[in-house]
Amino acid sequence: MRLTVKLFATLDKFRPDAAGGKPFELQVHDGATVQEVINMLGLPDDVVRVVFVNGRARPRDWTLSDGDELGIFPPIGGG
Amino acid sequence: MWILRINMTDRSYRLEDVPEAYKYLGGRGLTSTIVHDEVPPLCHPLGPNNKLVFAPGIVTGTTAPTSARISAGGKSPLTGGIKESNAGTAWPQDLAAMHIKAIVVEGQPKEKGKWWMAHLTWDGSKPKVEFLPADEYAGKDLYEVYPKLFERFGEKVNIAGCGVAGEFGYGNAGIVYNDMARRPSRYSGRGGLGSVMASKGLKFIVTDRTGAPGVQYADQALFDEGRKKLIDALRTHDITKPKGGLNTYGTAVLINILNEAGGLPTRNFSSGRFEGAPKIAGEAIFEGNKQRLGKELYNHACSPGCIIQCSNTWHKPDGTEHTSCVEYESDWALGANCGIDSLDDIAEMVRLCNAYGLDTIETGTTLAVAMEAGIIPFGDGKKAIELVHEMGKGTPLGRILGAGTATAGRVLGVTRVPVVKGQSMPAYEPRAVKGIGITYATTPMGADHTAGYTIAPEILSVGGKADPLSPEGKAALSRAFQATTAFIDSSGHCLFIAFAILDIPSGMEGFVQECNGVLGTKWTVDDVPKIGAEILRKERAFNEAAGFTKAHDRVPEFMKYEPLPPHNQVFDVPDEALDSVFGEL
Repeated sequence: MRLTVKLFATLDKFRPDAAGGKPFELQVHDGATVQEVINMLGLPDDVVRVVFVNGRARPRDWTLSDGDELGIFPPIGGG
Repeated sequence: MWILRINMTDRSYRLEDVPEAYKYLGGRGLTSTIVHDEVPPLCHPLGPNNKLVFAPGIVTGTTAPTSARISAGGKSPLTGGIKESNAGTAWPQDLAAMHIKAIVVEGQPKEKGKWWMAHLTWDGSKPKVEFLPADEYAGKDLYEVYPKLFERFGEKVNIAGCGVAGEFGYGNAGIVYNDMARRPSRYSGRGGLGSVMASKGLKFIVTDRTGAPGVQYADQALFDEGRKKLIDALRTHDITKPKGGLNTYGTAVLINILNEAGGLPTRNFSSGRFEGAPKIAGEAIFEGNKQRLGKELYNHACSPGCIIQCSNTWHKPDGTEHTSCVEYESDWALGANCGIDSLDDIAEMVRLCNAYGLDTIETGTTLAVAMEAGIIPFGDGKKAIELVHEMGKGTPLGRILGAGTATAGRVLGVTRVPVVKGQSMPAYEPRAVKGIGITYATTPMGADHTAGYTIAPEILSVGGKADPLSPEGKAALSRAFQATTAFIDSSGHCLFIAFAILDIPSGMEGFVQECNGVLGTKWTVDDVPKIGAEILRKERAFNEAAGFTKAHDRVPEFMKYEPLPPHNQVFDVPDEALDSVFGEL
């Protein structure tokens, strides 16, 4: 199945071509989890703080569906 | 330590010893206590009986990291309730060094249209105030005025002042302090306190600490121990560390995450997603500056001693500086909330707000209401810039807009007016992030995110995790955040230390030790929310005496019947839950 993935803030160093949240497509096996996507992208566990799936923050063991949109963030803050 | 009273009726001043009851107060705790104790709740905010109170925080002026905060307080002309609005600037460090625990500006000159400034210096053994005419600085752009003041009084002084927005008596008028590069860019923005200052005929308070003794410690060893723990926490936490999220992207790093979460208020709170978000986000600011400057630019400190350093600059295509600072709230208010996706247009409006003395949040939300009313189209940056000029020039339309979002909405016949207690909502949508909606509804300040920043657990997964769309447990969450925040706002630390100390317990411990080291108190971490709750009770009591009831602790009606895309949620927090925030405090 295909996913759309966006990486934000300091995660750009793991995928410079997709800096600033530029969306890219990712082909994964059916039933893949959030954790598997993190692993596939080579993102160290401790730099990922929040993963949104279709606008909802989801846990690492969340099972993804075809067409899901992921937004992945390191720890960030502001106000 | 002294309370410095400045009486603008006869331009006199006196130094009073700090009463026993105020000994352990600072920052917001002190401004709110003095306003509670001295300001008649039913007074007109711009009349002679309101007072403008400034107080540095408990550790302000020490070597505590990120602690140059000033609280300004009074009765707000925007909300009609109590107001505390705080800012980061070197100005309060001067007050602390001169052993001034608070400045209370009182009275009102009989003669209208005459302007004064107070020059506050150290006179060998005590502070001294000289009153000087300031008419030549009235009606002017603050980017023109501040350099003249520095030229006149020396580069080491610091300034608190108001711009033309205050002179016009706008509900939207901030108090403007200088940053470290002497820009007029650090704001006690919210609640119209710039107009309270101007109503007293006072344009500026210029401070010079030369010769002043500096802060005294009750227990310096304890202070140093606490300071080290807090510095370690700030330097190691991913959000606050050097070249971390805040230092690299500034607070506008939040644009993308709120947009992902569907909670970025867009086009006057009609959607939670803005298609132009990536173009105005902190990442875009970093990239844009890099392209225009030919090198990476990390952010700077707004005030001496800050190690988070989140304040930014935006640069023009030719590489020259356009303005400082394009922070999240300003970027959102003048950007996404107006449907504007040009950082150059947003930066120009930030610059104009600084020049005129306007709060960027209230300005952006008011422009969006004007857009909703059809005065100008959503997304038209150039016309939005013209409207900010109208506010600065004081045209009839400009004055209506300057009165703030609630008044503009009423005059222009708009039903979607995102305010609580007359103050506009900042950059988080209550229908998509329920806890922050509870804070907006219930804080004595009017809609204010900083009063109880439940965004940390609801969106950022800092200090725990909570589902933003669920109202469950959020009243207790907001209450806890509001109480802790009231203490942090009193400490003199920037609220952003919370990101580190909510996750790192030794940082929290160090933070309390610093306060004990200065005051000689024996507070523990458990005392923090208790002391904060006391402050909230005083603020609430002032508002009740000013005529506020539970009916004022509500979000605007449209949020209850208009589902917000993309999650199509309404604000479904029951009234009982809202009432329990203070009911169970």
